[in-house]
Amino acid sequence: MTRWNEKTSRALIEETHKRGETLTMALRALVDTFGYVDEAAIAPLMQTFARSRAEVLGVIAYYDDFRTTPPGRHVVRLCQAEACQAVGARELTAHICAKTGLSLGQTSDDGALTLEGVYCLGLCANGPAALIDDAPMAELDKDRLDAKLAALKL
Amino acid sequence: MTARVYIPADMLSLALGADEVAKAIAETAKAEDTDIDIVRTGSRGACWAEPLIEVETDAGRVAYGKISKNDVPGLFDAEFLQGGTHEKSLGLTEDIPYLKNQQRFIFKNCGLYDPCDIDAYEAHGGFAGLRVALQKSPKPITEEVQISGLRGRGGAGFPAAIKWRTVLGAEDPQKYVVCNADEGDSGTFSDRLIMEGDPFRLIEGMVIAGFATRAKNGVIYLRSEYPIAKTVLRKAITRAKAAGWLGTNIKGSGRTFNISLFVGGGSYVCGEETALLESLEGNRGIVRAKPPLPAYEGLFGKPTLINNVITLCAVPDILAKGGAWHASLGTGRSTGTMPFQLSGDVKYGGLVEVPFGMSLRALLDDFGGGTRSGLPIKAVQIGGPLGAYLPPRLFDTPLTYEAFAALGAGLGHGGVVVFNENTDMRAQARYAFEFCAHESCGKCTPCRIGAVRGAEILAKDAPDLALVEDLCEVMIDGSACAMGSMTPVPVQSAITHFPDDFAAQPQKMAQ
Repeated sequence: MTRWNEKTSRALIEETHKRGETLTMALRALVDTFGYVDEAAIAPLMQTFARSRAEVLGVIAYYDDFRTTPPGRHVVRLCQAEACQAVGARELTAHICAKTGLSLGQTSDDGALTLEGVYCLGLCANGPAALIDDAPMAELDKDRLDAKLAALKL
Repeated sequence: MTARVYIPADMLSLALGADEVAKAIAETAKAEDTDIDIVRTGSRGACWAEPLIEVETDAGRVAYGKISKNDVPGLFDAEFLQGGTHEKSLGLTEDIPYLKNQQRFIFKNCGLYDPCDIDAYEAHGGFAGLRVALQKSPKPITEEVQISGLRGRGGAGFPAAIKWRTVLGAEDPQKYVVCNADEGDSGTFSDRLIMEGDPFRLIEGMVIAGFATRAKNGVIYLRSEYPIAKTVLRKAITRAKAAGWLGTNIKGSGRTFNISLFVGGGSYVCGEETALLESLEGNRGIVRAKPPLPAYEGLFGKPTLINNVITLCAVPDILAKGGAWHASLGTGRSTGTMPFQLSGDVKYGGLVEVPFGMSLRALLDDFGGGTRSGLPIKAVQIGGPLGAYLPPRLFDTPLTYEAFAALGAGLGHGGVVVFNENTDMRAQARYAFEFCAHESCGKCTPCRIGAVRGAEILAKDAPDLALVEDLCEVMIDGSACAMGSMTPVPVQSAITHFPDDFAAQPQKMAQ
């Protein structure tokens, strides 16, 4: 992830608009680059896409992917959906929450780890599944997940 | 002779270490001074055997299943490059019963070659449908789709030809073809597999749809949870353009069709077609009232054809082989094949493409092979989070749209999730409400409020089931889209088929 900066942010917003793309695509570009949408990007988004502040904030709030605060240095997204439930995702989630002291959606105080739920990664035949810093994981159990977390050196 | 090794690079195989396997094989071959050619492919869909690697031999491709990098030295010792026997041998790939007993056409090439190798696609019959379409005017193309009996594979099962004809008939210089690749249902991954494994098939289907409706612009709405599909599709679109199968004046026909890729924001309800359009337009993914239908007023108010990935992927063969060929597969008004997806607590999970009509039990027994845990099956959920929970006594139901509609259930997008006897069906029913509360777009009250109240009632030690029934009725009758009107399907089916699980007993706090 790139550290947020005004110049890149403005360039991303303008490029999106020039390509004839919409507000959601600009937000996607910002999140893919910085990991979140900084408050300072709101005004340029309003101007570029001719939308009110309420509209821009409303769109950001609607989508799970569009965070407004920086994520942790590592992000663990555990699948919470039915196919993974059927093979122990609930227990695995409880385990990692207890281990890290975080509930889903929280970031640790030192900014090292964000824990999130995700609804289906399409790895359903080999659950429980997760994304750890964008790397897909499948056939997880407590030991494998603990080992993956340990490898992150939080 | 250079040995050729095929190693999948789809998201599941990567999750299970396929890159490490490829690296170890390349390094070992180099150390042994052996020439090899590693081809990274899509998945064959036998998820239980992933990473499944294959070696080209004179007899055909030989497969080895569930390979980790630790198996690599042993594979070389067993001379796997010549197809040697190893404890993880699966024999000739084409003879693996799981694959052999399927009747594939949509997925027939998935796993055979590098997904972005456009020459390989063409060599395996690719673009044959588009070649036929290039010789036809729009109307005969839609007629072929009508003869095929193709119904939307996204979940609703709506006849594809009706949408196609409506968009063709709508007079407007600007029309769109939108591919719904927001495959959000838990237990489904067929869209992912085909996009990662054979993306030109989707591109071909979309171009044909564009010709059939006189639309010049296509958009793929891809969910953000599928990063590998994004990379593969981007590359495939670029290559299709370079090869003249996409863009202006396609293969000298004077016809134009472009495709752009849009990545969603992690919202389940954006799989609903009007919410998807709102999302594309840069708004909150809130469902629109229908009418007007998107076929008349869709993306940016223009006539828009919206089809699911698999629906569009069925089209090339329909053009190439004729609608009548497609109509001859399946049964009744459920024509063609369906790529079912087995998941959850199942021994042999994966993709099973068979004609409609096989019984659910045959799918679970002959392909699924029982549970992974070894425990008896308590229920299966078919058709995603809005699908019914069915008990074993209904497993003889044939897999057709009609038979499942008669049960008050649906096939949805073909996902079949297996639950073992330890499953608390009340927890599953409560989850259905919780998921709806999390994903509801908030436009209509029955869904927005009903889901929250439903979850609250089921969290009580002694739930008032009459109240749940009332609530479900309101949600079914009063919701604007399937999110609200079908959340009662898993809830009511769980209550009907597993009443014992709903008796009064202390409930754990929600997580």
